[in-house]
Amino acid sequence: MFALKDLYQEVIVDHNRAPRNFGHLAAPTHRAEGFNPLCGDRLTIELAVDADGVIRELAFDGQGCAISVASASLMTEAVKGRTLAEAEPLFERFHTMLTTAVEVDLLNGDDSLGKLEALAGVRAYPSRVKCATLCWHALRSALHGETGATTE
Amino acid sequence: MSAPLLRQPVFNVESLRGQFPILATRVHGQPLVYLDNAATTQKPDRVIDALAHYYRHQNANVHRGVHHLSEVATSAYEAVREKVRRFLNARETREVIFTRGTTEAINLVAQSLSGHWLRPGDEVLISWMEHHSNIVPWQMACARTGAVLKVIPMTDAGEIDLDAARRLISERTRVLGIVHVSNALGTVNPVTELTRLAHDAGALVLVDGAQAVAHLPVDVQAIDCDFYVCSGHKQYGPTGVGALIGRASVLERMPPWQGGGDMIRAVRFEGTEYTDLPYRFEAGTPSIAEVIGWGAAIDWFEDLDHDALRTHEDAVLRYAEERASEVPGLRLVGTAARKVGVMSFVIDGVHPHDLGTIVDHHGVAIRTGHHCAMPVMERLGLPATARASFALYNTRQEVDTLITALLAAREVLA
Ligand SMILES: Cc1ncc(COP(=O)(O)O)c(C=O)c1O
Repeated sequence: MFALKDLYQEVIVDHNRAPRNFGHLAAPTHRAEGFNPLCGDRLTIELAVDADGVIRELAFDGQGCAISVASASLMTEAVKGRTLAEAEPLFERFHTMLTTAVEVDLLNGDDSLGKLEALAGVRAYPSRVKCATLCWHALRSALHGETGATTE
Repeated sequence: MSAPLLRQPVFNVESLRGQFPILATRVHGQPLVYLDNAATTQKPDRVIDALAHYYRHQNANVHRGVHHLSEVATSAYEAVREKVRRFLNARETREVIFTRGTTEAINLVAQSLSGHWLRPGDEVLISWMEHHSNIVPWQMACARTGAVLKVIPMTDAGEIDLDAARRLISERTRVLGIVHVSNALGTVNPVTELTRLAHDAGALVLVDGAQAVAHLPVDVQAIDCDFYVCSGHKQYGPTGVGALIGRASVLERMPPWQGGGDMIRAVRFEGTEYTDLPYRFEAGTPSIAEVIGWGAAIDWFEDLDHDALRTHEDAVLRYAEERASEVPGLRLVGTAARKVGVMSFVIDGVHPHDLGTIVDHHGVAIRTGHHCAMPVMERLGLPATARASFALYNTRQEVDTLITALLAAREVLA
């Protein structure tokens, strides 16, 4: 049996209570909204990307469950200072972690997801994967110059 | 209210629970506490056995063969039409049209009325607390015909604003679609009064009884609506079956919606002659086993002591609302004076989605989200609620388990 505390780890509870990079940027270069029609959650991602393609600043706003808020908060920390080219594969590895039934050993060396690994427990709750990936879908839309994403 | 009770009705929940095999399930190592009955109820042995019996001993297509099995299946199927008529007190059996459920019944009416009843500028009136299935088919009908959709507002407590309804109903109103019991809030709506107001204006009235039939005595003649729709699976019957109860004089003037076998008298390439009610609205092979299973559910349900059942259900809901007030930060959503079956709520600092996952680990099944009633959520300024919905087999002990689980969820997150 999967223990509840594997899902609601300390890191997740903490980021839900006190989300990092929460709010809006003064001068975003990219912006997109994410919407999860299943639960009605919405969030907005704003980015400030510099000429070298580095994500200098980002912020998110909106409301959602602990998984989606913590995931967005952790994501902002994970991609800040990275280039656009680095953000995409990070999402892919994150997505693989959430949707692969077995614990794949991709979480060390260069492939480490760092604090994002706190969300690995979501894997046991297929109906909650969309909560954890909503922010990433929104980030991807923003980076692709789109204005919105849904998890459907 | 009235004279004192001469006899305290006895209602043996434990023996009833024993008739529902699924209630013995364990979830995450805990006994299942099933509080998602507004989504679908569990099924008693009588219903499960009727389905198996049909497939083992009676299976044949209906209305088609002269052979023995076809006659057995047809008469079992048609007997249920009479049971449904009696259950909802329709005038005639031909007023009972079998559908896949509430949703299909509403689509049938909305689509058929688009053909001859709705014109550009006409108004279709619904309420703010409709299930999506009593919104979207009407939006589609309006898009087809140029009619306009109007909405009766609801109060903060989750009741229909009757004054607003009186103002909105006019000679332009051609259809009123109204939910009998709200699935998101549990509100029991004054459907008889609303029907009278709409009839005075010359409109047809459809009442969505999906959440009503398992909790209230329903008498379609007393309500006097033109259409009453419901689903078997929310009243202890199988999925895939429901009914449209229509006033014969109205149905007779309505064009068929789906074409196919069973709904015709004669088919020629130059033109087809449709058959009479109710078959005119039942194209194709129906859900025969499910109809028969629903008949078993109605028989089983009607055998219960309904005064005792209602007393029990009211007591459990009231107990749940009382105990819920002990949970810090919990707020009930939907506090209408007349409610059945549903306790919707939010807890400060704990998103309903997380609540759903956490209480599931205590074996408690509740629904979280917008409950297919997004406008209700928007009206109340909430993205979602948690909803515990009750059936006749739920107990106070199960409510206690729910409350323990909610307190644990607060521990984890708030
Ligand atoms: C009030 C109400 N109307 C309509 C429906 C749709 O019923 P069904 O899905 O059985 O067609 C439901 C069920 O979710 C409901 O609660």
